[in-house]
Amino acid sequence: MSQKEKLTCYHCGLEMTEAETVWFDDKPFCCNGCKTVYEILNKNSLSQYYTINETPGIKNDQIDENIKQKYAYLDKPEIEAKLLEFDDGQTKVVNFYIPNIHCSSCIWVLENLDKLNHNISHSEVNFPAKNVRITYKGKQITLRQIVEILASIAYPPLISLDDLDKDKQKSSKKLLYQLAIAGFAFGNIMLMALPEYIQSQGYWIERFAPLFRWIMLGLSVPVVLYSARDYFESAIKGLQQKIVNVDILIALGITVLFLRSTYEVLTGTGTGYFDSLTGLVFFLLLGKYFQRITYDYLSFERDYKSYFPIAVTKINNDKEEIVEIKDIAPGDRLLIRNKEIIPVDGILMKNKALIDYSFVTGESLPVEKQVGDQLLAGGKQIGGYIEMEALSDVDNSYLTKLWSREAFTGEKIARIKSLTDKISRYFTFVILSIALLSGIYWFMRHDIPTAIWVVTAVLIVACPCALALSAPFAFGNILRKFGYRQFYLKNAQVIEALSQINTIVFDKTGTLTAQEKYEVKYEGKKLNENLKAIIKSMTKSSNHPLSRLIYNKLQNSSSIQFDYLKEITGKGIEAGKNKHIYRLGSASFTGASNTDKTTLVYFASDKEIVGKFIFKASYRQGISDLFNKLLPDYTLYILSGDNDSEKPQLEKLLPQQVQYHFNQSVHDKMDFIQNLQKKGKTVMMIGDGLNDAGALQQADVGIAVSENTNVFTPSSDGILKAKKLPVLDQYLKIAKQTKTIIYASFIIAFFYNIIGLGFAVTNHLTPIVAAILMPLSSISIVIFVTILTNFITNKLKDKV
Amino acid sequence: MIALYLTIFISLILALVFLVLFLSNVKNGQYEDTYTPSVRMIFEDEFSEESDEIEESDN
Repeated sequence: MSQKEKLTCYHCGLEMTEAETVWFDDKPFCCNGCKTVYEILNKNSLSQYYTINETPGIKNDQIDENIKQKYAYLDKPEIEAKLLEFDDGQTKVVNFYIPNIHCSSCIWVLENLDKLNHNISHSEVNFPAKNVRITYKGKQITLRQIVEILASIAYPPLISLDDLDKDKQKSSKKLLYQLAIAGFAFGNIMLMALPEYIQSQGYWIERFAPLFRWIMLGLSVPVVLYSARDYFESAIKGLQQKIVNVDILIALGITVLFLRSTYEVLTGTGTGYFDSLTGLVFFLLLGKYFQRITYDYLSFERDYKSYFPIAVTKINNDKEEIVEIKDIAPGDRLLIRNKEIIPVDGILMKNKALIDYSFVTGESLPVEKQVGDQLLAGGKQIGGYIEMEALSDVDNSYLTKLWSREAFTGEKIARIKSLTDKISRYFTFVILSIALLSGIYWFMRHDIPTAIWVVTAVLIVACPCALALSAPFAFGNILRKFGYRQFYLKNAQVIEALSQINTIVFDKTGTLTAQEKYEVKYEGKKLNENLKAIIKSMTKSSNHPLSRLIYNKLQNSSSIQFDYLKEITGKGIEAGKNKHIYRLGSASFTGASNTDKTTLVYFASDKEIVGKFIFKASYRQGISDLFNKLLPDYTLYILSGDNDSEKPQLEKLLPQQVQYHFNQSVHDKMDFIQNLQKKGKTVMMIGDGLNDAGALQQADVGIAVSENTNVFTPSSDGILKAKKLPVLDQYLKIAKQTKTIIYASFIIAFFYNIIGLGFAVTNHLTPIVAAILMPLSSISIVIFVTILTNFITNKLKDKV
Repeated sequence: MIALYLTIFISLILALVFLVLFLSNVKNGQYEDTYTPSVRMIFEDEFSEESDEIEESDN
């Protein structure tokens, strides 16, 4: 668009004009921050960082005078002790989460930290989890110094209150162990079982069959006792709660299989069904494993703790002192520096505050606060430092109180029963009656042993392997396909829940509106080219979000040089040229009388107001279409914490039937969902900020919308990338289709079961029939659901 | 035919060894991060070569 050649920053790749460029070492940089990083890396012969990938850096805006103080809390021994993974006095190990990790250059430079400081002995990156584990010499270097080194090369670790919680759940390896043992036993037992299937008599069989049978028995013991353990536990739990779940039948099947097979081996009357037994357990666990997908870099469990800092500076008799967040008491005077988060509710005591509440409300424009105003916990101060007086402790702040509510204290109560469990309730009773009836029949006709034989055969063949497999494979596959398309769900149950939704509640700010995308409108006297150039040049070097917006709007204007230019944090920008003074900023700064509640920036030339810039959040593309598509099937609501000033605009954009509720507090939103549920609705909540956390938790399905999956999202059942929001209806449709597929697969499973039961009740279920029928039914069901779920999601591909 | 006892025994032991190896590898965390090692592998050679080159060009 401009004639001038565009330069890109050697470090972060930001495009910039010639005038803005900082030159160093014949290389262009967008800012001093980026230059400094290059300098550090280059000095330590780590410049290969820039050759692995072009412009691998992240814009380094960390540099400010406070950086040294920022990590002072890490010197406190009790905090350090909680963060360290290992410490023997000499060697210390710490594991940091670094959100900036994004490319192979990052891995390379972070694994060569020892070049920056030889007291770091080793560092290892886990790329998917964005973690780096650092081993260092604890006597020579402190934890704080390590963090400062990381921050100096623009990889500041995110250290939050969450890190202090010791008992972090590690990804469970138990399932993998169980699967491995079941697979091992299954494979070997198949080999041992084969000879007797081929030949039933003869010298060879008579001699070796007992050995094979005993080995099979031995191999299946760990499978029953260890691999299948969860099914027994779940069955017992179900019985205690008087719920008939699918695991009861599975546990029953496994028990009967094992007991009958063992009996056959002990008495020498048969080979038993060990191959069917271990095969069953192996396939079941395989389904479980397939269904378990973890997105290492995402977390569905975040609350305010993963976002709040560990410690804060307290001012005690004019002395600065670092206290842990949990020790803050009402009445404490706190010092909040640039980019620090306000940990508790309080009153602003000193300096003007500019608070960014984007994590809380989704509103990315910062709010201005004067001395005496109330500050709510969760906001981030931008600009200079402020002092505030705490009004409460952490747990009793307006926002954090939410987490002590009922919905957060226990597990999310699954109001939605899983399909498999619903069906298996009837299935169990049917099977038990069949077993009983055929048992009675054979007892009348023959004797008790035959009756027992038939009953056990029925229970063995009816073991709902196919029934239990179809849902995990269908959901697992859908989960994966959604993941590719940036809709990340916590687990398979969420898909089931999605298919039953009938009400959708949207948050407005940050969810329907695009974050950091604003329409900038100008009102006032017409700006001539000269004034445009002045405003553009004033905003050029400012990092304030409003300045950036104005600058982007006036990008095509020319630039000029001022005699002087200064930015006053929290107020605005002043510039002088040829004895004219220009001011751009807040109403009080420019001398305008502000009556509006919307976000405004005034422009004044020599104390005379020329005009004002108005910022309006713009709605995401495709929202209108989405609502129209959803409307036939769902009741739609919009909940917003803001006032209703945007209602006319929304009504114009969205269909009439949408219902609006404005001025909703954090708790209101949660209660609103609860009320809908009391009326029998199945509710999906779509939100983005911490203020939606309660509603997301309360809803049957809570989906967090995120522009960038690296940044904070409140705890939810799923995370949807913002640009995929317009195709939400497609995802919901697929969830419903998946349900149909599972129903269809149940029908196939019943078909197999009828055949199997036919063998069983007529007393013809030999081990070889079981060995063929059971894997055949399982595998064909798995193939069936996999092909069909692939088919429905492939259609999605064309549209998304 | 007595040899069959031996071969069955050996084959079982062998399979068991692989099972134990797999389990211990899972335990050591080899299946936790399956991506980073693939990237790391490429660096190790490059670093020594390229850092030499840089030093040369500096001279």
